Amino acid sequence: MAFVALGPQAPVASQKPTKTGRVALYLLLPGLFYLGLFFLTPLFSLILTSLKAPSATGVIGRYDVALEIGNYGYALGQYAPQIFRSFSFALIATVIALAISYPIAYFIGVTARNRPLLKGMLLTLVIAPFFISMLLRTFAWKQIFSNDSWLLNTLKDIGLMGADSYIIGTDFAVIFGLVYNFIPFMTLPIYASLDRLDLRLVEAGHDLYANSFTTFRKITFPLSMPGVISGTLLTFIPISGDYVVASRDFLGSTDTAMIGNVVEANFLRIQDYPTASALSVLLMAAIVILVSAYVRRSGTEDLL
Amino acid sequence: MSADFVAGGQDLELESIRKEFPGFVAVDDLDLKIPAGEFFALLGPSGCGKTTTLRMIAGLETPSAGRILIGGNDVTDQKPHQRPVNTVFQNYALFPHMSVEENVAFGLKQRKVDNPQQEAQAALEMVELQHLAARRPQQLSGGQQQRVALARALVNRPALLLLDEPLGALDLKLRRQMQIELKAIQMEVGLTFLHVTHDQEEAMDMADTVAVMNHGHIEQMGAPEALYDRPKTAFVAKFLGQSNIFVGEVAEADDAKLAINFKGNRLAAPAARVEKTKGKVAIGVRPEKTSFHPEKPASDPAVNILGRGTITDIRFTGVSNQYQIEIPEVGEITVFAQNVGKSPVVELGAEVWVSWKVEHSFGLADLPTGEEEVAE
Repeated sequence: MAFVALGPQAPVASQKPTKTGRVALYLLLPGLFYLGLFFLTPLFSLILTSLKAPSATGVIGRYDVALEIGNYGYALGQYAPQIFRSFSFALIATVIALAISYPIAYFIGVTARNRPLLKGMLLTLVIAPFFISMLLRTFAWKQIFSNDSWLLNTLKDIGLMGADSYIIGTDFAVIFGLVYNFIPFMTLPIYASLDRLDLRLVEAGHDLYANSFTTFRKITFPLSMPGVISGTLLTFIPISGDYVVASRDFLGSTDTAMIGNVVEANFLRIQDYPTASALSVLLMAAIVILVSAYVRRSGTEDLL
Repeated sequence: MSADFVAGGQDLELESIRKEFPGFVAVDDLDLKIPAGEFFALLGPSGCGKTTTLRMIAGLETPSAGRILIGGNDVTDQKPHQRPVNTVFQNYALFPHMSVEENVAFGLKQRKVDNPQQEAQAALEMVELQHLAARRPQQLSGGQQQRVALARALVNRPALLLLDEPLGALDLKLRRQMQIELKAIQMEVGLTFLHVTHDQEEAMDMADTVAVMNHGHIEQMGAPEALYDRPKTAFVAKFLGQSNIFVGEVAEADDAKLAINFKGNRLAAPAARVEKTKGKVAIGVRPEKTSFHPEKPASDPAVNILGRGTITDIRFTGVSNQYQIEIPEVGEITVFAQNVGKSPVVELGAEVWVSWKVEHSFGLADLPTGEEEVAE
């Protein structure tokens, strides 16, 4: 048998993939070109900038090409609290978004499966926030949470909040805003997984003596893991680098600054480009490490 | 919490079970009793309510009315996980994220059995798949998946095993092989099997008792031989095998026989084999009990004769030839003749007479409506 496989048939078998491989390569070219131009070039420029040293002329905002590895140490030492805060906020917001999104996704994908009208309406509701700019929506929350808003006045009147307490600029406001903005990114992938869930497997679970809770834990949830993984990644990664919600112009304050805010300040206000670049590279490296560890640990390679 | 293990199979009783879906009645006041340890087949065309019945017994569907008893206990209001019942699903429904062994051990783990792995291994040995225990279901062939599904259900020793067209997705050869194995396993474990199928050969081959179901109710129930030899309704006569059926007014009826006048021909059946003795009666005969002759046979009160007709189609099926004979004013008659070397040499267009022994006739309780042909 083995000899037959190595015989005249073998080259025929290897010829076909090469042919399709070449077509695939041609189809990939525009994408590869795009990636090379718009991802690798800026990345290279970013790394280059992160290693620059202040210009010998002493002009602020001017830097010379160098190999200043110390920029990274400086960025880490100077902005450790913001880096830590970014990942803590991202983790907390992701967990809360998951807790809110999973039941929504389950309802749309499983409970409403045979009711197309209800399903369509609910999906529209999930997507509807995208119709309005994220900046506007976050700004709307700033007004709702502002110190003399109807909401805060009412809360203070009924004694749920102290007379001189506030919401804007607190960790709560920022995490709330992050969760709010990213719920659709969590809901849609989980919905896509649950919509494909074969309900006969759930029935088989019940048939094999598992009650509803066990069936969910051992069958429904594991089978929806691809959606959960995508959803958490689509939420965690952008939140880690978000600079809108936590900024002072929106729901945050200097006490809630995240990496994104520091990068923005260094790039646009202080004009400390090397530190801003070093922070960006650090953020990127940290996300790559965290995400690959997460995907590996969740052990869903064969489901993805 | 969950049902206890049982020593062997238990009997199943359905009392006036009814299931209505919006717009139609799927199961209509069904009464059924299956004795413990029996291999019972529920046979019917798609949409006859057999799968709905099975799902109600498993607890996956709630009956609109009626009671379900297993081993004398009313389980009508029990959740599926509380019932001493396991199902082999039509598509197997194996958990794709678990290994074969984990699939088989799933039910055992839920019931907190000692050594679930060991028991699962034993069950896999029974279906000869122990060497594939670590694989994922999607890495197995259809026949192997089918065995895993069977092992996963059987390992729990349910009082009642439900099989929902479990062989439907297999090719013919594998199917015959699995039929034999399934029957052997049932005899070995002594559990009560309820097998739902639309394949009449499968039902007759495997089951101790067959119930033929149509439009939500049971048309006829009995041993396969009895059902085949004496179908009581036109539906059963047509669905279980083939039949030639003739309808006419009763011409004479006494203690010994009943005869009808079928378009000028006298067709008789033994009185013990008829369901109805007045008005219009349908008399049938199986094609393999019918024969044809190039000359008109001598008149004989023990033989029904029809003719003269023309052979319009001959189909060679291996063990037998299947002839279609068109008789003017009478219609089409099917005759099977075994290929044992002495079959009459005939060709298309030959003129023949058809005959069969009166003792092979059966009288039906109803008249054919024409719908039965579509069902098969």
